[in-house]
Amino acid sequence: MAKRIDVSGLSAYYGSFRAIEDISMTVEPRTVTAFIGPSGCGKSTFLRTLNRMHEVTSGGRVEGKVMLDDENLYGAGVDPVAVRREVGMVFQRPNPFPTMSVFDNVAAGLRLNGSYKKSELADVVEKSLKGANLWNEVKDRLNKPGSGLSGGQQQRLCIARAIAVEPKVLLMDEPCSALDPISTLAIEDLIGELKERFTIVIVTHNMQQAARVSDRTAFFNLAAVGQPGKLIEIDDTERIFSNPSVQATEDYISGRFG
Amino acid sequence: MDTSTEITDTPPPAPQSSAEQKRAARGATRPGDRIFLGLSRGSGIFLLVIMAAIAVFLTYRASLAISKDHGNFLTTFDWNATSIPPVFGIAVLAYGTVVSSIIAMVLAVPIAVAIALFLTHYAPRRLSGPIAYVIDLLAAVPSIVYGLWGALILVPHMNGLFGWLNDYFGWTGLFSWDQGAPRSMLTVGILLAIMILPIITNVSREVFRQVPQMHEEAALALGATRWEVIRMAVLPFGRSGVISASMLGLGRALGETMAVATVLSPDFLIHGSLLNPGGGTFAQNIASKFGEATEFGRDALIASGLVLFVITLLVNGAARMIIARRAEYSGANA
Amino acid sequence: MSHAAIAEKPASTLRGASLPKWSPWAIAAGSVAVAVGIGLAAGLDSKVQWGLIAGLIFLVATYAIAASVEGRRQAKDRIATALVWVAFLIAVVPLVSLVWVTISRGVKVLNVYFLTHSMGIVADSQPGGGIYHAIIGSLEQVALATLIAAPVGILTAIYLVEYGRGKLARAVTFFVDVMTGVPSIVAGLFILSLMLIFKMEPFGFAGSLALAILMMPVVVRSTEEMLKLVPNELREASLALGVPKWRTILKVVLPTSIGGIMTGIMLSIARITGETAPVLLLVFGNRFINNNPFEGAQQSLPLYIYQQYAAGADASYDRAWAASLTLIAFVMILNLVARGIARWKAPKTGR
Repeated sequence: MAKRIDVSGLSAYYGSFRAIEDISMTVEPRTVTAFIGPSGCGKSTFLRTLNRMHEVTSGGRVEGKVMLDDENLYGAGVDPVAVRREVGMVFQRPNPFPTMSVFDNVAAGLRLNGSYKKSELADVVEKSLKGANLWNEVKDRLNKPGSGLSGGQQQRLCIARAIAVEPKVLLMDEPCSALDPISTLAIEDLIGELKERFTIVIVTHNMQQAARVSDRTAFFNLAAVGQPGKLIEIDDTERIFSNPSVQATEDYISGRFG
Repeated sequence: MDTSTEITDTPPPAPQSSAEQKRAARGATRPGDRIFLGLSRGSGIFLLVIMAAIAVFLTYRASLAISKDHGNFLTTFDWNATSIPPVFGIAVLAYGTVVSSIIAMVLAVPIAVAIALFLTHYAPRRLSGPIAYVIDLLAAVPSIVYGLWGALILVPHMNGLFGWLNDYFGWTGLFSWDQGAPRSMLTVGILLAIMILPIITNVSREVFRQVPQMHEEAALALGATRWEVIRMAVLPFGRSGVISASMLGLGRALGETMAVATVLSPDFLIHGSLLNPGGGTFAQNIASKFGEATEFGRDALIASGLVLFVITLLVNGAARMIIARRAEYSGANA
Repeated sequence: MSHAAIAEKPASTLRGASLPKWSPWAIAAGSVAVAVGIGLAAGLDSKVQWGLIAGLIFLVATYAIAASVEGRRQAKDRIATALVWVAFLIAVVPLVSLVWVTISRGVKVLNVYFLTHSMGIVADSQPGGGIYHAIIGSLEQVALATLIAAPVGILTAIYLVEYGRGKLARAVTFFVDVMTGVPSIVAGLFILSLMLIFKMEPFGFAGSLALAILMMPVVVRSTEEMLKLVPNELREASLALGVPKWRTILKVVLPTSIGGIMTGIMLSIARITGETAPVLLLVFGNRFINNNPFEGAQQSLPLYIYQQYAAGADASYDRAWAASLTLIAFVMILNLVARGIARWKAPKTGR
């Protein structure tokens, strides 16, 4: 079910400004890959190119190839809407739909297809909420507004919403940066469970978090402000944090930089 | 929403001695402070006094007229306040006011919402800025100019539409037409719709623009098409704003005087068809009948104005309640 | 692949059949052609009907074609796009026509003579005459209304933002909202009822009073918004220096927001300048120049337009259009200047 991502020669632009340059990497299915690097190095931009969300921002434009198994996301005739269904995303700030109940939030993606029976829908919602470790906390308030939950619960609700449509890949853009330590821990545990079913890519500012949750870690950096961000290296997480092959990575990880 | 703490603060605890407590709370012991507070509070109170005075004086003059009305003020189909004995009633005016406003709302709200969406979500960026600006300016065009345009340009252009409506929908009765001049309720409704379109569009556009990016991205990331993003994230968020925009437009339509007075050819009958001329609205009737009215006739017109005043108050109140309830449910600020 | 998005093409889940980029234009062109055909065949003489038919065919065709090629969800998306465009075009027609007609007909008799002469003894059915008396009347009435409404409105807004709490403030807020919705003719009737009680004849200042009632809530609202944009840190910084509150408001809060407040006042002036109904009741109209707003009937621009329209002659229509163009030009210039000020003096903080 989970799919492999194979990026080659990818650059992304905001208007004429090149935000990231010539990135190539492979992400294996059922692994967690963490992106780390200083602010502005383009790791979030890169993440958003993996489900064609980058082009939503005005002036956003992408060159290069992103293969999902054997299909290029940027190939001719590919529908970005279909891409986003295959590659789900969780955002930095929890963003449940404010006017929808907990149930409706999780069902939102499914309802787009329109052809679900009520019982089917309820099954998927329950399964997804259980998958997001949220079921026990919200099963009595499925009809309350999703915005009434705590921040950590809201973020897990967003994860439930994302996995309800059974994507192949799950992208997470600093999913814990707006949360307290306990909620963060809950999400990190959840990531560990979710990787059994999905290919996960997570952007994080927190290096301990990268070390805790990921199998592979990619370090991004930029030469100077105004220069495009680049992939410096990607390797097994253990290796990145113990014995990286590039000096810049070691500087960044040991806190001598950024 | 970063309002000053003065107004977001909860009111101070119940005062023992209110004057003393007030002074302590604000440190308003200096004469300058006291004078300034007095002036500004006085202005607020002045506004309240004006509102009260409007209600009181209109009611007083209206009562003078209604007490001498030989017809039934609510049900009489006539307005002969200058005849002896005077006979006048607001039935036709109430009907006309409501019908023309409903037509205007039915036409204007969907189109205005669509244009607002066009400007925020569909139009190329280079186009949407200038268009929004122009629509902003159009909202400032005086109603008398709309009235002039409506009477001299729109009315002659309605013949074709009326003929067509009569041919295909005349059987409903609502759209039958006796080939009279198209100075009818439908024309008035269309003109009112054109007038309130810029206002509703502007407010709705403001609301849609304030939809947080993150909600739209959430929908996009679920694999929603552009229309589905709007249905899931934009419209629910903007609903109360669109309602209040519509109520603003409705208030304008209900009270609009000149545009109706120039376009409508009035009489005191309720017509089954929207296409045949006739009928009237409160505001239009006041403007049309004022010139020839005696003092008593003016009181009678004031009485009809009082009814219009009450109707607009009710509409405003209803709008406010809808918005308040929506805001509670949506929890949009969480 | 339990509930995949696109099930028709198992070979690729990402690639749906899709219409080429130019298809909306092609469908639009096709619909216009068919509509013209129908219009000619059925002998419909109104171009408006041709347009409506074209719009309808466009919507139906878009949905049918997209549904058969791309599927229902895409079809819905496309029809929403089509509807939004059609709605925009429908609205553009009357609004463009309004502006175009006012300009093209207005320039006919609009010249220096027109601006500097009153109607005097010129009969409504004859050419000649002008709007000087109306301009004088409008300017005086609006200026007096502003002199009343602007201070009251600004002070009320200061009360609501800087001092307001408790019941009184809530009542004022509520009734300012209510007042915004008062139809202009009702404000006119209110002043009229006072005039009836005191047995007064129409005069310019009576109109100013009604206009002031219409202007106040608008000024309160816009000033309130601007005062709220002033960051609280500024107030606290000043208070912490031991500056009394009233001086803080006068020296710190108001100067910071003065650009926005001016904009709001100018926009509300633009709004009341076009008000006809209260002027009709209270100022009555006058063919001659009356420079005294406190005695005798005056003229005003919007009322002049109405009376020239009502006169119903070609010459009076020309004058009505020319006066409309003058009025619109005045309102638009006020708007443009106000927006210019807003942009130029916009507080750098907030938002």
